[in-house]
Amino acid sequence: MSASSTNAHGSVKSYVTGLVLSLILTIIPFAVVMSGALSTLATVVVIAVTAVLQILVQLVMFMHMNTKADEGWNLMSFVFTLTVLVLVVGGSLWIMQHLHLNMMIG
Amino acid sequence: MATDTLQHGATAEPHEHHDASGTTVFGFWVYLMSDLVIFGSLFATYAVLMKGTAGGPTAADIFELPFVLVETFLLLLSSFTFGMGVLAMNAERLGQVKAWLAVTFLLGAAFVGMEIYEFQHLIHEGFGPDKSAFLSSFFTLVGTHGLHVTFGLIWILVMLIQLSTKGLNAMTRPRILCLSLFWHFLDVVWICVFSFVYLMGVL
Repeated sequence: MSASSTNAHGSVKSYVTGLVLSLILTIIPFAVVMSGALSTLATVVVIAVTAVLQILVQLVMFMHMNTKADEGWNLMSFVFTLTVLVLVVGGSLWIMQHLHLNMMIG
Repeated sequence: MATDTLQHGATAEPHEHHDASGTTVFGFWVYLMSDLVIFGSLFATYAVLMKGTAGGPTAADIFELPFVLVETFLLLLSSFTFGMGVLAMNAERLGQVKAWLAVTFLLGAAFVGMEIYEFQHLIHEGFGPDKSAFLSSFFTLVGTHGLHVTFGLIWILVMLIQLSTKGLNAMTRPRILCLSLFWHFLDVVWICVFSFVYLMGVL
């Protein structure tokens, strides 16, 4: 039954890889912020990039999101949710930013 | 619809009820996606209100990064130990499944304990959710995540009881898989919390 651990739900190796990658992608942004080594803009970029990478690592290595399972429907629903999130979060920030600016002028 | 998973699973797991199991887990995945929209709304709310400190403390004043780093490690490790539990389940090792779930529970409980300490500490200092829009949105966002973890802990306890009374069968397996997705999902949300709330907050 060792085959089971390599197919459907990952293997010890894939989980350990996911853990190590996640640890690295956690330590990098904390180190950058706590040391204050980079400019603010560069720090923000590092935080955002490492966060997205770590989310991808966990989605793929821990949650086994892929194009094959359920004929890709789990990936499809995730992409749809991302679209909703971009609209909700991006839209809110955009609108509130404009509102804020208008109130400052008015 | 779930044929690919089934073929995938059929070679991997020699037990029946793939059909119902695959549909159940996919259904739970869709629930998680809707939960993601809730968190997205709370993140948007926080992003809009974070500058509204109303004379109270700013994010940089109250966040302690080493504390958050330890919380992050606890949750990340618990996500890994749950993964080990799922692997043990695939290998039909009931005792190991229960042991890994118990370790996951302890790590999760330590995380919730730290969060309760942080909240209680802030409120004690007079920086409760009633202080400013920033703190209201902060407590709502981080508190909602903490509440999810708490429910996850209760679910782990229930699964430990069910595993003891019923063992691994067609009923408990999909539940463990759903719970594992839930637990990993909470870790993913926490990545956004520590990145966009804590780390960017102190800049």
